[in-house]
Amino acid sequence: MHLDPLILSRLQFAWVIALHILLPAFTVGLASFIAVLEGIHFFTGREIYFRISVFWTKIFAISFGMGVVSGIVMPFQFGTNWSRYADATANVLSPLFAYEGLTAFFLEASFLGVLLFGRHLVPRWAHFVAALMVALGTLISTFWILSANSWMQTPAGFKILDGRFFPADWLAIIFNPSFPYRFGHNVIGFYITTGFVVIAVAAYFIRRKMFAEESRIMFSMTLWLLTLLIPLQIVLGDLHGLNTLKYQPTKLAAIEAHWTPEKRAPLILFAIPDEKNEVNHAVIEVPLLGSLILAHDLNGEVPGLKQWPADQRPPVAIPFFAFRIMVGLGVMMLGIIILSLWLRLRHRLFDTSWFLRLCQYAAPLGFLTVLAGWVTTEVGRQPWTVYGLLRTAHSVSPSLTGSDVLLSLAGYMLVYLIIFPFGIMLMARIVRNGPSEAAKKEPIEGGQPSSPVVTPPEYTHHDN
Amino acid sequence: MIIDFVPLWTLILGAAVFFYVLLDGFDLGVGILYAFAPDRAARNLIMNSIAPVWDGNETWLVLGSVGLLAAFPLAFAIIIPAIYFPILVMLLALVFRGVAFEFHFRDAAHVTFWDHAFSIGSLVATFAQGIVLGAFIQGFAVEGRAFVGSSFDCFTPFSIFTGFALIFGYGLLGAGWLILKTEGELQITSRRQGRWCFIAVLIAIAVASLWTPFMDADISQRWFSWPNIAYLTPIPIITLAIAVFEWRSLNNRSEIAPFIGAIGLFLMSYLGIAISLFPMIVPHHFTLWQAASSPDTQAFLIVGTMFLLPVILMYSAWSYWVFRGKVRADIGYH
Ligand code: HDD
Ligand code: HEM
Ligand code: HEM
Repeated sequence: MHLDPLILSRLQFAWVIALHILLPAFTVGLASFIAVLEGIHFFTGREIYFRISVFWTKIFAISFGMGVVSGIVMPFQFGTNWSRYADATANVLSPLFAYEGLTAFFLEASFLGVLLFGRHLVPRWAHFVAALMVALGTLISTFWILSANSWMQTPAGFKILDGRFFPADWLAIIFNPSFPYRFGHNVIGFYITTGFVVIAVAAYFIRRKMFAEESRIMFSMTLWLLTLLIPLQIVLGDLHGLNTLKYQPTKLAAIEAHWTPEKRAPLILFAIPDEKNEVNHAVIEVPLLGSLILAHDLNGEVPGLKQWPADQRPPVAIPFFAFRIMVGLGVMMLGIIILSLWLRLRHRLFDTSWFLRLCQYAAPLGFLTVLAGWVTTEVGRQPWTVYGLLRTAHSVSPSLTGSDVLLSLAGYMLVYLIIFPFGIMLMARIVRNGPSEAAKKEPIEGGQPSSPVVTPPEYTHHDN
Repeated sequence: MIIDFVPLWTLILGAAVFFYVLLDGFDLGVGILYAFAPDRAARNLIMNSIAPVWDGNETWLVLGSVGLLAAFPLAFAIIIPAIYFPILVMLLALVFRGVAFEFHFRDAAHVTFWDHAFSIGSLVATFAQGIVLGAFIQGFAVEGRAFVGSSFDCFTPFSIFTGFALIFGYGLLGAGWLILKTEGELQITSRRQGRWCFIAVLIAIAVASLWTPFMDADISQRWFSWPNIAYLTPIPIITLAIAVFEWRSLNNRSEIAPFIGAIGLFLMSYLGIAISLFPMIVPHHFTLWQAASSPDTQAFLIVGTMFLLPVILMYSAWSYWVFRGKVRADIGYH
């Protein structure tokens, strides 16, 4: 059997980044949520926000730790498996990675210790500042890494000498054409992802009649946020799509499974793309809607894959279906929001049991949507690492053999398959213990207990 | 006129890597010594002594790797694939050890498993870093702008030796940290472990100092030709003086001196390696200047770095300051 180091390296990259992104997708939102809770507590002194914050901080600690270790793996991938890509792009991209480290990672890491363990060691305002800094760090990190990724999608501000990229205009590099859309769409996507986890946990508590007050606050506050963000995300997604049409037409043609360029194009809802014969089977389509959505014009032209030679086209089925999964899940989210508004109007938000259960099951929605979106983006960029300029096949490290990469891929799979289920299990355990439990065990947070220790009556009458 | 940023970047990157070695070095060392702690109370103290700072320490690894990519991309593109497996093993070990901080106390049912993950993870990551060091000193097979050897070339007797040497080196740093942060029985144990590590480190430094020039004519030329030998003799002499200082402070009552002495030994070894290899960044093939990124790239990055690095050092120092003094059982994880 022939093992191809290229295919295996791509699989490995997909594996490590897909699992890494799950954590930022959650911690970016959670860090901001915690900072908001700490802020409300700091300014109003209301105890309940403190309890909610302590509860989420425990979960944050685990997910952030996993985010860090899976993140440290990432920059090394560029060297171990994609050394020719590193050699070719470093002059342009490396400062973005380096600035990510300098502006974000140190900020997060240094203030994280204070956020997690320093509550009673520093003044209250300093603890609040630590929460703010961690949140800010996660956003700055997202800024730089997405700038780098967007440059690979829509390169700008560079010149090519001896087959390598060199900087010509830093602002054009950082704020390349797809970056603003990608940044906005991702950050809001991350907030949505976190939001669905928060309402799922709150719904779980409400259904079990635990921690009534805390969970109602979480549930209502977060649903309002989602009501705002989900429509916004859909609008942004639409704009992102226009941008893709302009700068990455092959990707867009693959997303839409369009083979021949046409005006007044239909929107294909479902099809089975057949790459060999360059046609679709089992097509369900809506006439004219394609041009309307993609070009915002009934006569707008939608590109077709046959415009490009076969060796410059991405695979079609993966971006096509991944995109439909993302949009489908986005529409489901919208449905949940509409239901919540309707129930609010009827004052039944907290006691409609089927809706609470629905929200509980919606916990993974955000993660799945983010993954589906990224698969669309990255597979749609193929066969290039830098769109139109550097081929993926020319990016891989020349010294690697298939068995080298098979071994490393197996290692990453094995370790992540142990770590991730454990992490999820431990976070679920914290949820089951609930906010008050977390607050009670607080002595771990600092030097002095926050209040005099009062033995609860049920413990004093305990006889084994 | 174009300013030559290469010397400045060499200093910055050199400093970043050295910070990494010191900071993650002591907390990996603490992880290695964790395996020998007498009981759960001691293990908790040991882990709590680094729980608030390990993430920041490991961030220097990220800075080291992206710093190499940014300042000397050719070196990154050649060296990292050449040490494919040590890097893999190091990363996987760091994953295990990193999550063990959180998991070991949330997951009472598997606490022994996570204890092992923590200490074995630390040990394996250290060993892998030692192999990287050895492989780097020996150099790589290069053609054009790429590494062309096999992914297993980096495992040699010399790199295995440096792997073991680094275990004792980090162990010494870790013992120094624990002497500083703990008291009573645990401190006495750490002193004893520190002495064992110290002896091994001393032997390792001696062996490496003989082995490298013997292995590599350029290095031997660098150290033993006239007049270099005259300029360079202070290096072994200072190293020896630090060694005496370290041994005495491990045996007397001073609490901070063993840590400082260990840092001194690392600094001297680091300097020794730098002198042996300068100005090569890919030994035998590319100098720092040949491997450097474009002046535009270096200039763009230096602006921010000159401002950000001091700020980072300031708030890192602050986060250490918040957790100053002896580690107490009630701070950190219980
Ligand atoms: C909660 C998350 C979420 C939701 C509800 C949506 N998306 Fe999305 N989408 C993402 C999360 C995301 C993402 C994971 O963040 C991606 C992957 C890469 C990127 O830049 O953002 C993405 C990529 C992405 C792209 C690919 C752009 C490219 O790579 O060229 C397009 C065209 C859209 N989205 C459009 C939409 C539309 C029309 C939606 C309407 C329902 C939508 N997205 C909902
Ligand atoms: C869309 C993609 C990505 C996003 C949004 C993202 C964001 C983040 C965030 C917010 C963190 C902080 C930890 C956490 O919150 O879990 C993090 C950690 C990290 N990420 Fe990513 N990341 C992405 C992809 C990558 C890639 C491709 C690399 C490789 C260059 C990378 C390298 C790292 C590193 C090294 C860390 C650890 C930082 C530390 O030591 O504190 N990430 N990432
Ligand atoms: C975080 C969300 C991301 C996901 C889920 C993701 C997913 C993927 C997938 C599935 C591939 C393989 C595509 C294929 O070979 O068909 C890939 C490739 C790649 N991606 Fe991403 N990616 C993400 C973000 C990023 C970021 C932030 C960067 C860089 C800054 C990046 C850089 C690359 C590179 C260098 C490759 C390897 C070459 C290639 O196969 O194109 N990715 N990614």
